[in-house]
Amino acid sequence: MEKMQLAAAMEKIVGKENVLYSPEALYEYSYDATPGHSYMPDVVVSPGTAQEVSEIMKYANEHKIPVYPRGSGTNLSAGTAPLDGGIVLLMLRFNKIIDVDLENLIAEVEVGVIVQEINDHIAQYGLIYPPDPGTVKTASLGGTIAENSGGLRGLKYGITKNYVQGLEVVLANGDIIHTGGKNVKDVSGYDMTKLFTGSEGTLGIVTKALLKLVPAPEAAKSMIAVFDTLEDAGNAVSGIIAAKIIPATLEILDNATIRTVEDFMHVGLPVDAAAILLIEVDGHPIVVDDEAKKVLAVLKENNSREVTLAKSPEHKEQLWTARRMALPCLAKLRPTTFVEDATIPRSKIPQFLKIVTKASADHNVTIGTFGHAGDGNMHPTIVCDLRDEAEMQRVHDAMDDIFKGALALGGTLSGEHGIGLGKLPWMEQQHGKEGMNAMKAVKRALDPNLILNPGKLLGEC
Amino acid sequence: MEEKKLTAESLNNSDAALLQDIEDALANCMKCGNCQAGCPIYRETKKEFSVARGKISLMQAVLSGKLPISEEFDTIMASCLNCKTCSANCPCGVKADDLILRGRNAAIKARGLHPVKKTIFSLLSNRPLFNAALRMGGMFGWLTFKDIPDKNAVFSRFPVPGMDPNRATAPLASKPLRSQYPEVIKTAGAKHRVAFFTGCTINFMYTDMGKAVIDVLTENGNEVVLPGKQHCCGTPVHVSGCFDLANEMAKHNIEVFEECRADYIVGACGSCVEALKDYPKWLKDEPEWQERAQRLADRVREISEFLVETGYHTDNLGRIDKRVTMHDPCHMVRGIKITEQPRQILKSIPGVDFVEMKEHDRCCGSGGSFCLAHYELSRQINDRKCKNIAATNADYVCASCPSCRMHITDGIVQNHMPQTVYHPIQLLAAAYQKGREKA
Ligand SMILES: Cc1cc2nc3c(=O)[nH]c(=O)nc-3n(C[C@H](O)[C@H](O)[C@H](O)COP(=O)(O)OP(=O)(O)OC[C@H]3O[C@@H](n4cnc5c(N)ncnc54)[C@H](O)[C@@H]3O)c2cc1C
Ligand code: SF4
Ligand code: SF4
Ligand code: SF4
Repeated sequence: MEKMQLAAAMEKIVGKENVLYSPEALYEYSYDATPGHSYMPDVVVSPGTAQEVSEIMKYANEHKIPVYPRGSGTNLSAGTAPLDGGIVLLMLRFNKIIDVDLENLIAEVEVGVIVQEINDHIAQYGLIYPPDPGTVKTASLGGTIAENSGGLRGLKYGITKNYVQGLEVVLANGDIIHTGGKNVKDVSGYDMTKLFTGSEGTLGIVTKALLKLVPAPEAAKSMIAVFDTLEDAGNAVSGIIAAKIIPATLEILDNATIRTVEDFMHVGLPVDAAAILLIEVDGHPIVVDDEAKKVLAVLKENNSREVTLAKSPEHKEQLWTARRMALPCLAKLRPTTFVEDATIPRSKIPQFLKIVTKASADHNVTIGTFGHAGDGNMHPTIVCDLRDEAEMQRVHDAMDDIFKGALALGGTLSGEHGIGLGKLPWMEQQHGKEGMNAMKAVKRALDPNLILNPGKLLGEC
Repeated sequence: MEEKKLTAESLNNSDAALLQDIEDALANCMKCGNCQAGCPIYRETKKEFSVARGKISLMQAVLSGKLPISEEFDTIMASCLNCKTCSANCPCGVKADDLILRGRNAAIKARGLHPVKKTIFSLLSNRPLFNAALRMGGMFGWLTFKDIPDKNAVFSRFPVPGMDPNRATAPLASKPLRSQYPEVIKTAGAKHRVAFFTGCTINFMYTDMGKAVIDVLTENGNEVVLPGKQHCCGTPVHVSGCFDLANEMAKHNIEVFEECRADYIVGACGSCVEALKDYPKWLKDEPEWQERAQRLADRVREISEFLVETGYHTDNLGRIDKRVTMHDPCHMVRGIKITEQPRQILKSIPGVDFVEMKEHDRCCGSGGSFCLAHYELSRQINDRKCKNIAATNADYVCASCPSCRMHITDGIVQNHMPQTVYHPIQLLAAAYQKGREKA
């Protein structure tokens, strides 16, 4: 297919100003936040309505042109990388918060809206939209739906799929469908909403969503606890849950991360500690007080050598510096940063962290791990230099140990970043041939010409 | 065919060589996209080439020989306000704003300077000619600009190339600041000898700001020197990527200010002061000059920084019963990192009801010549600023930068708002004036 012909066809649908195809513009959409993946598309198209998306899909389907939906391009699994050329479908013109239904606590939002903007908008009603990935100020709603993103509050509040109640989706053949709705209970037909949520742009283009909102918690209490052994930290995590407390946040930093943050920030972190836990409980003020007390007791029981309770919002910010700066500080160590998200049952955290430390030593690569201890979602962060081939081989070997180790502990390859291209090699190991076949059958049924984000999540189909 | 391919390749290679020295700095960008959150231009366009990540990637594409330094490369590098928001929030500590200037520098080396800029810069490099040209503009100012009452701003009456006819700019003063005063303004028993780096905008347009600085300095027992030979700080040239010429201007200023043997060199324009403090960085390839630049930089202060550091009278201030809000110019807040001192000064004035505006440290959209080339876009960015100003119900907006003052004034006029924009020092000067009147 002639590229100019394709561009002309797209201009007819969305107008000249919404089509880009200069070599510079194409290069700018060749990558996302994943190191080492850059592929040139043929054209970048910004539709403004579901109808336009439908026309684009019909054209692409007829001519068998790959289509790569893209929000802000912040994903960490090469999910938007245009592997085989074709169309990058930039969804950021879908930028309206259409409605906030205060009686049903549902927001109707277009997919190009940035997640933080939703929260800024609904704050006036005392409501929150809880999924808060580290990229809450940059990620588009569509990207977070397609990745089924989680965040710091995942343990108590759940992840994106728990808040998406309905979708408007354009299918590969151009059909526009509406799934779900405002009903809290809804068992009519397959749960298509959940199927598209987390489908990484391989099953359809999401244009609009109905989002469940919840009241903002009235109060919160935060604390930080220092541990000399990983076992104690791990037992404390299990102990808190066993005491029937579900903190909003329950985060862990390992020793490598603590040392790195302290090196850069000089905030007086205990560089000899095996781990730090950061905990926040929220809700009704009286309940929060009671829960904070119980958490403190559990921490002491499990030999925490030092616990600090935040005295004020400013003090909390200060205590959380370590968590906030974990990734930035690790990233400053070396040019290239891989943020992985292997996830294990929470009881297996100490074993998993040992696997990571061993992989780091065995293959001589620098890894710091922090993550959402409450839900077992760890972020082993590997820093290296993409330009050093020998080092990259070692990085790959370390990743192999980590992923296999996580699977052996009953874990999963990805807790929130998605599979994309990055974790494809390990997929069959987790799901088996039969599991992969079932997923491929779904893909082929909805996208028989394999034009939607081809090559991702399932690989060759 | 074969031959043509070779030529393109060798072209790409020579373009790549122009960026070789920043390869490591570029590689530090992890492509996280965090810079999208603050970039004023990305916020409006939502296009990757507006944001630091896109610009860095493009330079890497050139570096790896994938793309040449094209006209579009040039355009993309040019669409940046140099507001430093990306650098201030980058988790990897990437100084994207500096790297973008390096990109502009490479574009000039590969493709030459844009003819319009060539003309302007050759004028800029020649101080007497430059002064004459601006003074003429001042004298004929009444011919080309129409006054807007009270705001010290004018509409362009005749179309000026590169300037939107509906845009409010500052008037060219009928007499530049430095021609209104002797070179040395003596004060009996002076505490300090202070050289005033006026900068062009204050010297030729906002002379009221310059006068306020001189009044406040003398009021507080300083002798003020106004070196006649001082030249533009070089910022406009430096941010265009014309490093060689900017460095020549820096050297000229270093010589001029070494000669006047002042205890301090004080400026009232955030960008100018940043430039003076950055001369050592600009001249890093010439160690001798770098050393001289450093000795100068050590004595450079922004006016509010100077006043708070050396002390200023607050016992003889008259009242200013006004509600005042403040905009933090990019080169103040993220350049020389001065935000507290101007607030302290404003709050020390009796009667001033100081209110913070939302997003007070967000770029006003001026970005030097950016607003000339992209007036529409810089207007959109500025309209957000104006909305935030309106919400404060302030009477006055203070900004320690003449360019911000010009751009925000334009916004206020376009949006039919009642506010007036001043430099914080103007309010202090006015308070001293009122104090004297009462006495
Ligand atoms: C520093 C950093 C921290 C992060 N922290 C977290 C975290 O805490 N938790 C977390 O879950 N993730 C995290 N991420 C990953 C990333 O931010 C999320 O996956 C985010 O949701 C991606 O949003 P986006 O708009 O950038 O999507 P993109 O990167 O543009 O796209 C992501 C995927 O969604 C598809 N897609 C995009 N829009 C649509 C649409 N409208 N319809 C169908 N498919 C679409 C794309 O094809 C792609 O496969 C982090 C990333 C970075 C760089
Ligand atoms: S410049 Fe900084 S913030 Fe922007 S993508 Fe690169 S690393 Fe991230
Ligand atoms: S300096 Fe400002 S305008 Fe330029 S890329 Fe950075 S944030 Fe955007
Ligand atoms: S920064 Fe602007 S005002 Fe200051 S001297 Fe340079 S050109 Fe003049």
